[in-house]
Amino acid sequence: MAIPISYNIRNLIVRKTTTLMTAAGIAITVAVLLTVLGLVAGLTTAFKTSGDPLHVLVLRKGGNAELTSLLTQEQFQIVKNFPGIAKDAHGQPLASLEVVSIINLAQPGNPDGSNVTLRGLSQAGIAMRHLKLAAGRWFLPGHREVVVGKAIAEKYAAAQLGKQLRFGKGYWTVVGVMDGGSSAFNSEVWADGPEVAADFNRPTTYSSALLQATDEIAAAALPNALQSDRRLNVTVLSEQQYYDAQTVSAAPIKFLGLFCCIIMGVGSCFAAMNTMYAAVARRAREIGTLRVLGFTRKSILFSFFVESLLLSLVGGALACLATFPLNHVNAALGNFVTFSETDFHFRIGPAVMLTGLLVSLLLGALGGLLPAWQAGKKEILSALREI
Amino acid sequence: MLRYLPLAFKNSLRNRRRTALTISSIAVSLCLLGVLIAIYHALYYSEATPGQALRLVVRHRVSLAQAFPSAYEAKIRRIPGVKAVSVQNWFGGTYKDQQPVNFFARFGVDPAEFLKTRVQMEMPEDQRKAFVAERTACIVSRDLAERLHFHLGDRITLDGDIYPVKLELIVRGIFDDPDARDSLFFNMEYLRELLPVGRRNLDSTAVVLAESTDEVPRIAKAIDDMFANANPPTKTESEQQFALSFVSFLGNIKLFLISICAAVTFTILLVSGNTMAMSVRERIKEVGVLKTLGFTNQLILNIIIAEAITIALFGGVIGLLFAEVLTAGLSKAAELYMPQLHGLTIQPATALIALSIAAFIGFVSSFVPAWNAARTNILDSLRFSG
Repeated sequence: MAIPISYNIRNLIVRKTTTLMTAAGIAITVAVLLTVLGLVAGLTTAFKTSGDPLHVLVLRKGGNAELTSLLTQEQFQIVKNFPGIAKDAHGQPLASLEVVSIINLAQPGNPDGSNVTLRGLSQAGIAMRHLKLAAGRWFLPGHREVVVGKAIAEKYAAAQLGKQLRFGKGYWTVVGVMDGGSSAFNSEVWADGPEVAADFNRPTTYSSALLQATDEIAAAALPNALQSDRRLNVTVLSEQQYYDAQTVSAAPIKFLGLFCCIIMGVGSCFAAMNTMYAAVARRAREIGTLRVLGFTRKSILFSFFVESLLLSLVGGALACLATFPLNHVNAALGNFVTFSETDFHFRIGPAVMLTGLLVSLLLGALGGLLPAWQAGKKEILSALREI
Repeated sequence: MLRYLPLAFKNSLRNRRRTALTISSIAVSLCLLGVLIAIYHALYYSEATPGQALRLVVRHRVSLAQAFPSAYEAKIRRIPGVKAVSVQNWFGGTYKDQQPVNFFARFGVDPAEFLKTRVQMEMPEDQRKAFVAERTACIVSRDLAERLHFHLGDRITLDGDIYPVKLELIVRGIFDDPDARDSLFFNMEYLRELLPVGRRNLDSTAVVLAESTDEVPRIAKAIDDMFANANPPTKTESEQQFALSFVSFLGNIKLFLISICAAVTFTILLVSGNTMAMSVRERIKEVGVLKTLGFTNQLILNIIIAEAITIALFGGVIGLLFAEVLTAGLSKAAELYMPQLHGLTIQPATALIALSIAAFIGFVSSFVPAWNAARTNILDSLRFSG
């Protein structure tokens, strides 16, 4: 017969100081893990939601970044008439020749400013990305106007509706704020393609082209068709592939974070073991009594093991509670593909929390096994005689 | 007090398993703490080498990925206190394949000026001459030459990504330089020739050698002031700051390190506090006996605290020994991405900080239980049963 779980719960409550201290130790370890995983998940979401499965990105041969890529007007004329590219209501191909650069925006408290991606694009480019405006309107072709991402508007005092940004050869008026959901576009500044190209002295050499395929089959076929065209000499990726590659920027933080988690995990395992051994020692007589009542060695072993799991679960739950508010926190991370910062939210969702709870259970299991084994091994007589 | 140390020591042995577990737990945590403090120290407090202290890096204000006009070089050269100016360009590209082992820094430079700025570089005179004279020559650092088995006269092919060219280089020199451990330098003129006319502006950073270290801040300011209203403006920093800006680009490492250190310290505090509370509870009766024998409250308090500190310090020392092993491994693994971590070890200062934290934790964690035990009156404590 199994010992009821309420017995373990009451035991944990009686020794609440020790329980809480041990659980807190586990909680801190798990909280570090959750924070790191939440950061990685947030950054991954930002890049994942930026890529559309129907979108295809054309870069210079061997290119892996829009920033260092080059694509001329002539190349674009060939590209945009390829079969498989979707058309808009007016029968024009959904293809956007874009120029991508970086600008530096000053922040209060950071006089050096941060780097932000500037994207010059056409009306087709705006239509393809289906972004909503949070305020204002889109820029007009031929005007020195910009639309800023939501994260940019929140962060930089100069990037407000009606104000002006200084970059390139002069001032640009902010006419709109776009809502990129959780995508990386929230950290970009958009303006009219030809205007940007002229300001950055590259009127004929843009950076890249974005195409919208008619369907998934065309999206899969387009890269091959474009790459094998000898007039072009380009590298073509699906937009999703392109953004996936950028999630690498979280790798150093992830590595360092997991490294710390593993070591801290070993430490809290020892701590849990200590607590459980003390529990077993203190309850020697109780164990003897249970045996006299007819509970088997196995059920006693199991009971102590469960108690250790419960203890660690309290820790895991505490960690989830403590890190949950991080979901509203913004973070920014730079990467060496765009050379600018991407803003994102921490994402401590169900999957991350479940991982945290499982890890805390693992710590409890590793810490509780040996003490529970010892509890199960105790002889009735000697256990009853222990003080 | 000292003569009671054996008593404190004996006390810590009364429950060997518990003491061993506590020590292991503290050791593991302090090992991590030691590694983190060592990283922090290496990133933010390491001394600049003599070469680094003299060199400044000038770049486009917005980012490294953008070039500045080549006319800047001549203007910088005219600033008083400037001894040499070497324009450099990050080539990128691939050597053989994308494997991390085949990754190293590749810079295009103007050989003659470049050699002037590397004050600590050691390379035979004939190799220097060959590097300057030959257009397709390149030089590699000794670490790199050993890792990838480069020898004098070897051919190295670099496939460009930022620049659509293939460089065919010949190794003409192998150098030792503490500030460039994993690098290849080649003649920028060779790259320029291969590029179409419109793309020949390659000046993305300029390394400036100052006449003395006192001149460095003044020169930095003079350069940035000179181009403040130019298009583009520049940003000038010491070579050390420049290297650090790469690290800060990967995220707020400083905040990350400090918060993990705080979390670890707090965890050890919990663990140690918990154990001390358990062990003091067990021996309240014993405290009663000690008191009957004439031990004062103060003495009992001291003995218990001494025991906790002994345990914590012991854990700390073991942890630091492990940390020493771990830092060696970590510096090998991360050196490629963060050159600051080269030769990472536990410095005496780091060890001292970690051990002080351990002692502090021992003290804080035992104070409350010890205080309670010392204050319990004799009769109550003698009557106390676990």
